[in-house]
Amino acid sequence: MDFIFNSWPWYISGPLISIIMFLLIFNGRTFGVSSNLRTICSVCGAEKLSSFFNIKIKDHLWNLIFIFGSLVGGYIGFNFLSNSNSVEISNNTKLILESYGIKSYENNYMPSELFSLESLDVNNIFILIAGGFLIGFGTRYAGGCTSGHAITGLSQLQIGSLIAVIGFFIGGLTMIHLLFPILFL
Amino acid sequence: MRNLYFFIVGIAFGIIMIKSEAASWFRIFEMFNFQSFHMYGIISSAIATGLIGNYLIKSFKLKDLNNNSIEYSPKENTVKRYIIGGSIFGLGWALVGACPGPMFVLFGAGFYSIIIVIISALIGTLIYGVLKDKLPH
Repeated sequence: MDFIFNSWPWYISGPLISIIMFLLIFNGRTFGVSSNLRTICSVCGAEKLSSFFNIKIKDHLWNLIFIFGSLVGGYIGFNFLSNSNSVEISNNTKLILESYGIKSYENNYMPSELFSLESLDVNNIFILIAGGFLIGFGTRYAGGCTSGHAITGLSQLQIGSLIAVIGFFIGGLTMIHLLFPILFL
Repeated sequence: MRNLYFFIVGIAFGIIMIKSEAASWFRIFEMFNFQSFHMYGIISSAIATGLIGNYLIKSFKLKDLNNNSIEYSPKENTVKRYIIGGSIFGLGWALVGACPGPMFVLFGAGFYSIIIVIISALIGTLIYGVLKDKLPH
């Protein structure tokens, strides 16, 4: 049973993600998580502010149920299917993390310097708010996130998705290599 | 019944995100530092199996479970929205190490401070909706 409780290798995880995509496709749906953010805005009455949120919530309910399921899956996977919280990152990554003063990679799934409730100071709250805002604004602007563009779109050879994924990396590399040294050093 | 189906597929997705470590901030940080093949392997093997599946669906004109034909909606033929929107998303993805799926998965796993990211992402989506017609697409 160790193969379940250890972290799963990429060649198992990747095909499993595409099986999730096909389980949705074979039910007449598509794999795209970020559109839920729009649906939640609509549920909260955002159509008063923009017709962009004037959608039939009923048609998107299945996706809200899907992400609620993924939340439960996160609980199960983390609490019952893992024998360790460590993430098997490379030694080089650990060295880079230490240069930023992040030392919590042993036995933590997320860096406690950024995500533990005790470390929620003004700095970290700013980072979480800024990151969330960029994600919400950017995914809707680009019309999709990792699931909708990188997995669904690229596996259909959609040019738009390829451009979006190139954008993901322009943004990601800019953040890690140009902005991290300013934010964290 | 159908709602139960999506709920169960969602649970499976959440477990895969946790166990593949794709929901971990450390893995996203490592990916953008090009220090491991892990995340690239996950994404490219998902795309590869997806390509094969989509090819089979198209070649054999497979129907879905409700016996409807499977339709693919083409993305818009434009560059601006994808490159600008994509880059903005990439900045946020690298900063908090979570894309929209893992956000919810991480909340379920007990990383409750991620709720700040979720609420802020909702506000970002809201602001996009309000500004949409003024932005280049």
